[in-house]
Amino acid sequence: MPEPPYEHDGAIAGTGFGGAMDLATSEAETLEKTPGGPEGTGPAGKPRSLWSDAWRDLRRNPVFIVSALVILFLVFISLWPSAIASGNPLSCDLAKAQEGSQPGHPFGFDGQGCDVYTRTVYGARKSVTVGVCATVGVALLGSVLGGLAGFFGGVWDSVLSRITDVFFAIPVVLGGLVLLSVVTSNTVWPVIGFMVLLGWPQISRIARGSVITAKQNDYVQAARALGASNSRMLLRHIAPNAVAPVIVVATIALGTYIALEATLSYLGVGLKPPSVSWGIDISAASPYIRNAPHALLWPSGALAVTVLAFIMLGDAVRDALDPKLR
Amino acid sequence: MGRYVVRRLLQMIPVFIGATLLIFLMVNVMGDPIAGLCGDRQCDPATAAQLKKEFGLDKPVWQQYLTYMGNVFTGDFGTAFNGQEVTELMSTAFPVTIRLTVVAIVFEVVIGITLGVITGLRRGRPVDTGVLLVTLVVISVPTFVTGLLLQLLLGVKWGWIRPSVSSDAPLDELILPGLVLASVSLAYVVRLTRTSIAENRRSDYVRTAIAKGLPRRRVVTRHLLRNSLIPVITFIGADVGFLMGGAIVTERIFNIHGVGYQLYQGILRQNTQTVVGFVTVLVLVFLVCNLVVDLLYAVLDPRIRYA
Repeated sequence: MPEPPYEHDGAIAGTGFGGAMDLATSEAETLEKTPGGPEGTGPAGKPRSLWSDAWRDLRRNPVFIVSALVILFLVFISLWPSAIASGNPLSCDLAKAQEGSQPGHPFGFDGQGCDVYTRTVYGARKSVTVGVCATVGVALLGSVLGGLAGFFGGVWDSVLSRITDVFFAIPVVLGGLVLLSVVTSNTVWPVIGFMVLLGWPQISRIARGSVITAKQNDYVQAARALGASNSRMLLRHIAPNAVAPVIVVATIALGTYIALEATLSYLGVGLKPPSVSWGIDISAASPYIRNAPHALLWPSGALAVTVLAFIMLGDAVRDALDPKLR
Repeated sequence: MGRYVVRRLLQMIPVFIGATLLIFLMVNVMGDPIAGLCGDRQCDPATAAQLKKEFGLDKPVWQQYLTYMGNVFTGDFGTAFNGQEVTELMSTAFPVTIRLTVVAIVFEVVIGITLGVITGLRRGRPVDTGVLLVTLVVISVPTFVTGLLLQLLLGVKWGWIRPSVSSDAPLDELILPGLVLASVSLAYVVRLTRTSIAENRRSDYVRTAIAKGLPRRRVVTRHLLRNSLIPVITFIGADVGFLMGGAIVTERIFNIHGVGYQLYQGILRQNTQTVVGFVTVLVLVFLVCNLVVDLLYAVLDPRIRYA
């Protein structure tokens, strides 16, 4: 999948958010002239930043509320799966293999006679861990590298851009197969490491663009004229105004990393049994698709709802942060 | 324009070298290329050394890489460890995957653009909301889940199609796999076309065309579509490379013996030559697609000038 130019991130990060930041700053400037004026003053009488504006929008957006609730629920069951599933995901009874739903086992049993409900609940933990860790890693690495390249420009910038191109030229699933097929470790870390390795260019591109836009703002020039150091300009003036697009893309990416983990596990190179993960369960259930479709449907459904929740959350956050759409 | 093409071609070279080197390193350094040769047992040291010498694996990696790339440019992709020429594998695998990709692209163009135009012209109506919701769901559900579910429903439950594709993969058996392969991109094409159409619908030239009294059909096809499709076409162009690389999952679900299948087998059997060869070609396809897209942009949109 190439990056869709309009819908997804590229164009918005390049132009939309630059505009967003300009609007936010000009609003702040008028505020200083007319303190307490009717425009630009929040209910509490405090100046409205882009963030409090966005938060007000989000609280009223049903899409945001639904997806946030789904995500909270997922986080809850990945922390305490035993709260809603009393069984052990690894205790299976071959005699019950492929049986359908019955009392106490609402989702039935899979090909190995494991309880599908318990496994689906426990599967959330791996997916959420992989998604969150990979996103944090990608966002940190990508925004630091991209931000520095955008700020300093020059040779470092062109080198980084070429490196980004190289990583973009490698199909993700393919890279995953090649890199992870030699890994024997049974933890989530190789998968996370791989996602960070192939994922950072996406964020670094966005961060670079938005730092370049933020760098040209008057207040940054003013800070420079007043003798601010590079690190102060970056941390105090540029970073807070360039971080919004990174957050939006990272939220959407979180969903895609969860999907990618499942895809890699389906291909047999991601997580491996006895880890409990939706990808593994879907992969294990696909040969029995004729007799026990329920073993495939439940983990697939859970996976789809999770990814959907993160993508919708990202969409909602983007709408809230982009004042052009207001 | 000519200078731009030259510059883009020159830019492609470091990217190509970087990407192939990266894959080469991944395969050769991370894995043990001869591990697959001795079956499930460990090779004994003498045999291992002999094999390494035979395949030139005792030389430093950069030298192996240079030798390999030198051979590639003379059309020699090496020999798989079972003695089959990699080019021979390619000649059977690539036609299948190209057919699959073509089917997928046709779906993207026909269904994607049609739905995009319909929803873009009826923004905010029930049709629009419905299609948007469906695209969101399609984007969210991973391809392998979509594929398995459609295979279950159409292939197993209702028996409309054969659940798996025979080895020579005729076009009619590739319809469902093509749709599955296209699904996520298809959803993006719909959304992209919709945004683009809705944006241009309010532009001055469309208003002029309507004011001139042109029939609605002509306004849409001649004026609106022509301008709105530019981003869509570039998206689809760039997608060709991605589809060919992403076909691994689809080919595995439907048991299609294409590029993805060969690659998967190569990786499982640790068949270095096969993997590196196929990936090199895929990277090249991807880069060429991106180049063509960039050039297409200039042809389609005369407002864009290249220095």
